[in-house]
Amino acid sequence: MTRTLVVVGHGMVGHRLVETLRERDADNTWRIVVLGEEPRAAYDRVALSSYLDGKSAEDLSLASHELLDDPMVDLRLNTAATGIDRTARTVSTSDGSGLPYDALVLATGSRPFVPPVPGHDLDGCFVYRTIEDLDDIRAAATEGEPGVVIGGGLLGLEAANALRLLGMRAHVVEMAPRLMPLQVDEGGGQVLSRLVGDLGLTIHCGAATKSIDGEDRVRSVTLADGTVIDTGVVVFSAGVRPRDELAQLAGLERAERGGFLVDEGCRTSAENIWAIGECAAVDGRCYGLVAPGYSMAEGVAEQLLSLGEGAFPGADLSTKLKLLGVDVASFGDAHGQTEGALEVVYANNAAGTYAKLVLSDDARILLGGVLVGDASAYSVLRPLIDRELPAPPEQLLLPAGSGIDAGALPADATVCSCNNVSKEDITTAITGQGLTDVPGIKGCTKAGTSCGSCVPMLKNLLAECGVSTSKALCEHFPQSRTELFEIVQATGIGSFSELIGKHGTGRGCDICKPAVASILASLGHGHILDGEQAGLQDTNDRFLANMQRNGTYSVVPRVPGGEITPEKLIVLGELAKEFGLYTKITGGQRIDLFGARVEQLPLIWRRLVDAGFESGHAYGKALRTVKSCVGNDWCRYGVQDSVSMAIRLELRYRGLRAPHKIKAGVSGCARECAEARGKDFGVIATDKGWNLYVGGNGGFTPRHAELLAADLDDEQLISLVDRFLMFYVRTADRLQRTSAWLESLDGGLDHLREVVVEDSLGIGAELEATMQHHVDNYSDEWAGVLADPGKLAHFVSFVNAPDAPDPAIRFVQERGQIRPGPVSLPMPAIPNQEVLT
Amino acid sequence: MNWQQICELDLLPPEYGLPALIRNHPVALFRTRDDELFAVGNVDPFCGAGVMSRGIVGDRDGEPTVASPMLKQVFSLRTGQCLDDPDARLPVYPVRRRADVVEVAVP
Repeated sequence: MTRTLVVVGHGMVGHRLVETLRERDADNTWRIVVLGEEPRAAYDRVALSSYLDGKSAEDLSLASHELLDDPMVDLRLNTAATGIDRTARTVSTSDGSGLPYDALVLATGSRPFVPPVPGHDLDGCFVYRTIEDLDDIRAAATEGEPGVVIGGGLLGLEAANALRLLGMRAHVVEMAPRLMPLQVDEGGGQVLSRLVGDLGLTIHCGAATKSIDGEDRVRSVTLADGTVIDTGVVVFSAGVRPRDELAQLAGLERAERGGFLVDEGCRTSAENIWAIGECAAVDGRCYGLVAPGYSMAEGVAEQLLSLGEGAFPGADLSTKLKLLGVDVASFGDAHGQTEGALEVVYANNAAGTYAKLVLSDDARILLGGVLVGDASAYSVLRPLIDRELPAPPEQLLLPAGSGIDAGALPADATVCSCNNVSKEDITTAITGQGLTDVPGIKGCTKAGTSCGSCVPMLKNLLAECGVSTSKALCEHFPQSRTELFEIVQATGIGSFSELIGKHGTGRGCDICKPAVASILASLGHGHILDGEQAGLQDTNDRFLANMQRNGTYSVVPRVPGGEITPEKLIVLGELAKEFGLYTKITGGQRIDLFGARVEQLPLIWRRLVDAGFESGHAYGKALRTVKSCVGNDWCRYGVQDSVSMAIRLELRYRGLRAPHKIKAGVSGCARECAEARGKDFGVIATDKGWNLYVGGNGGFTPRHAELLAADLDDEQLISLVDRFLMFYVRTADRLQRTSAWLESLDGGLDHLREVVVEDSLGIGAELEATMQHHVDNYSDEWAGVLADPGKLAHFVSFVNAPDAPDPAIRFVQERGQIRPGPVSLPMPAIPNQEVLT
Repeated sequence: MNWQQICELDLLPPEYGLPALIRNHPVALFRTRDDELFAVGNVDPFCGAGVMSRGIVGDRDGEPTVASPMLKQVFSLRTGQCLDDPDARLPVYPVRRRADVVEVAVP
């Protein structure tokens, strides 16, 4: 029988409940009605400031299409619950309807607390909780002007980052003597203050706000010590209060300090009503972090499905986050409140790092700790809470000594706290399911799929289970592609036979030959069909065209930025007509001509080259196209000339051989008509220049490109794309697109930004020089074939009958054009015909 | 044996393949780095297209091979047997070199 669950509130926790219930309710026993007061479905509030850093509301959204289309889920946005009739078991809503429920879960969250300072209600005062709040702050922000954040906790620093992203000079006012008083101790707070101060923030700790001054609008903020900060924008982030108004209306018990009072199963005082997340006071205490909310949601889902007690396991308030680019982690008894607790502190003011471990009175058990500036030890330390230290504490703290391995962890230690996965769960999955890599573990156990801080530990666990992740390219080379690239670059080896002779075994195969051909081409070793290189190329590269299912080829000349003259269009039309080719517009804004036989390719290309076309490299693991919108020449919304930039980029990187194909896009405004964020690199115009996004992908696993750098001028943009592409070409695996490469990079986007933007490895100039070498030595591959009789000699249907068309190739007509006909040659004898059917 | 002259050996570089038409049989000729010659059917049994000569020549555990350029199945050049699927095989033709000319015996 289907029962009805009503969930009040579609924030992160309410959403987690719906998601978990739908995942586990295989028999569809619950129909779910979700009331969401906000105009949009649940989104990632924890990452709110990234909305001002290039992410869109859609990027932040947590609601998948599957969920939105799920017939068992009825999501009603812009609808608040206005009352509960416990006897009739109905919820009344702001649209006037009464919803019957069998079970009711309150996930109403909390509201920002605005301290009653004089002037708190002036125009220019904001809170920081929703996307709409951010839109309002953005509208009021003035670049270069001061902005004040009241509250220096986790949320306050997020808000300060938001102001900073809007170009404002942020001041943070915190009552406590240090930033993030709940999470870090005094020493950590000092390092944190210094690090964020270096970013241009002004910190006022131990400071109370006396008044906010102005007539109708905020003009200034006065602190208790008399400091006056002139500002037009004030953001309150001084804590939250649970939204528990429904308690009174429905006669539910409230906790002393607010929140629906619930027991450890999140049950309220009324039957069939639960409360979860920030609005729930579990045994009287509210939790303002998302992780405890998630475990409440999962516990209630368990109860609804009668799968277990679903008791709240107690909140783990450990956190690791990056605020304003500064790593901060706090775990366990961070403040040493346990009786007799001892502290071991390592502070390095020069490097800007602080680390503290809290130990039991006998210095043997780890109770908690604080890390600021470098939180890389978090994934090792957090699972060790309440356990005996596996190594002397100084070894655990020193950055270089973070060398305790996964073996030191007890089997039941929680490795992934977001998804509550223990070390044993993971090692069992690795050995039981024969997992060989981190994505395998993620898929099987969900470990590492939320915040990702345990991913380094997952790699250690693989090693501990004896999974040697072989980097060997294939049976002929023990090296990875990256290592082969380094070898070729360092030794200057210029041919496959020399490379395999010195560094490999055997004669090679269809895996290593094209990979090495690509490396040689990336490093500029002449025409790809020169000498023995011809035999290394995949068939597409070998004939500089794309092989189709019947063995014919398609021809795609380059149309930079998608801009083409009528004269050139006519040439393409005439050629297609003359050779009887099927024509289609590609997704990359060019024209594909299909059905050319191998012996026709030189004839077709002779005409194309004469008309001014050149190879489009549609056949290569190389730069394909740079798609563009029409830009500000024509478009009334455009803010930059996207077509000129797309053409410039396409001509710069044309012919660049890479581990996989590279697609790009340039949009002339934030409307993003060129779909640049679906590309390996995407450029989107801003009022001030260009934003550069990287690592986007369509294909099997769609992924939006992420912001690498903002507001670049033309030359900055080019130099960053040079570095990004060359770094990718050098270090990616064979056939690894930029998106998968970015995900596999240790440190991900942050590391990429360090290398490419901040030049942390000092290789920026070298990457640019290698790219410049490519640009200077570019020549059209097809013109090179047409000028060389030796290369042309291979473009024959049969070596002993060069002009006889392959009798296997037949076409039929469809919608006025050709398409491949059924296979007409007798197939070679295959003993077991079933395999084909 | 009815040997038919196909082409000068120079036209066929080492580690490379070329298509030939022999009494309406499409044949793929290969020459490996150690100068051995092979001739197998040019039609890929998995898709019916005449493309085998365009595949990449190599070895698997020392066995000389060609990989179909269409869907990458690997075949032994010596026996024609598909090494990725026991049910697929290419026909094999006798091939030799006479005074720097490649010759294939036709069925």
